[in-house]
Amino acid sequence: MIPAAFAYARPDSVEEAIALLAEHGDDAKILAGGHSLLPLMKLRLATPSVLVDVGRLADLSYVRDAGDELAIGGLTRHHDVEQHPLVRQHVPLMSAAAGEVGDPQVRHRGTLGGSLAHGDPASDLPAVVLALRGTMVVRGSAGERVIAADDFFEDFLETALADDEIITEVRLPKTNGAGWSFEKFQRRAQDWAIVGVAAVGGESPGVALVNMGSTPVRADAVEAALRAGASTADAAAAAADGIEPPSDLNASAEFRRHLARVLVGRALATVADTTAGSAR
Amino acid sequence: MPAPNTDVTVTIAVNGTSTEHQVEARTLLVHYLREVVGLTGTNIGCDSTSCGACTVLLDGESVKSCTVLAAQADGRSVTTIEGLADGDELHPMQAAFREHHGLQCGYCTPGMVMAAVGLAEERATLDEDDVRKGLEGNLCRCTGYHNIVAAVLAGAAEMAGNR
Repeated sequence: MIPAAFAYARPDSVEEAIALLAEHGDDAKILAGGHSLLPLMKLRLATPSVLVDVGRLADLSYVRDAGDELAIGGLTRHHDVEQHPLVRQHVPLMSAAAGEVGDPQVRHRGTLGGSLAHGDPASDLPAVVLALRGTMVVRGSAGERVIAADDFFEDFLETALADDEIITEVRLPKTNGAGWSFEKFQRRAQDWAIVGVAAVGGESPGVALVNMGSTPVRADAVEAALRAGASTADAAAAAADGIEPPSDLNASAEFRRHLARVLVGRALATVADTTAGSAR
Repeated sequence: MPAPNTDVTVTIAVNGTSTEHQVEARTLLVHYLREVVGLTGTNIGCDSTSCGACTVLLDGESVKSCTVLAAQADGRSVTTIEGLADGDELHPMQAAFREHHGLQCGYCTPGMVMAAVGLAEERATLDEDDVRKGLEGNLCRCTGYHNIVAAVLAGAAEMAGNR
């Protein structure tokens, strides 16, 4: 399979990239690692006429300590997110989940910003950023703005990004030793999650679900139950409340609801077990 | 920065030899290697980023060359299965695949060997679990993986001993 023809540009800076995006509008797509976009282009499901390759913008690949948060450059590859000592120390949920994306070859190419911008509800990392209450720093012709994860994912493969905007940084609150869990149910190695759960404990517990709707979804009912002091089992029982999962070849909606309850139960048990200071 | 163009000139070091060609921007790295450079050891299997048959090393790291544009490899170095042996002397990982019978039909083997070399270069030591997880991106429909895992463990140990 070969993509439809396109014109290729490799800007030397974010500003040049934004200028190209502004010039070509809806016809242009950003190419980062290419592991979401190129498969779609090979299937001709995406046929951009201009590809703006930002993959060489090394200054957007970094992990920095930013006080209460960790700042991760938008072009940081999954492999680097997984391996980085600051991510392991301060946001271990993100390190673990990044290490579960696809397979090693995919993690050598795919980027955090690319995965989020693609907005696929079946992807692992959007749900992780949602659970962590992270924010996206994006830059475009109109300047820079910060978008909370809850406002970022709008619909299937649709995000709050404008045509000329690029994710330059992802900010994740440090979890300060809070327990965490990433549960991914798949039939075979390297498959997409049929259902996944990202969960983090602490004062403001976060639980978000992979592949349970047209966007990554926050498990509001679970979080509310946890805040109200419900038991882990009772909170997990609410995992599918108010959520409309899809039916497809891999699972019916009802099976997905069942999986969500079971996986959230496991995740919350792991969160409790891994909370710093608790006996394991 | 040059204006967007449907053709690109890429310079890619393939197995240590510099190659330079003008290609369509949509040319995938695997097609560049097979059809432009003429190295057909890298196989196309699923052509959809799943099977890993097309795995090569890009600046030393394993990637699926069906999902990388040649333009993305411009200025970088690529190692294919043809670049491993030293003349008639097999690379330790190739030798281990032969010794442990880590292949049957052989179609997945170039990608399997390249993924294994990448894994062994990345990690100082490997246990069986590391190998099984590290080869998650490579499918083999013949062997059941047992002998592949044995081969990779042996090959990685040999590589580590040579360092």
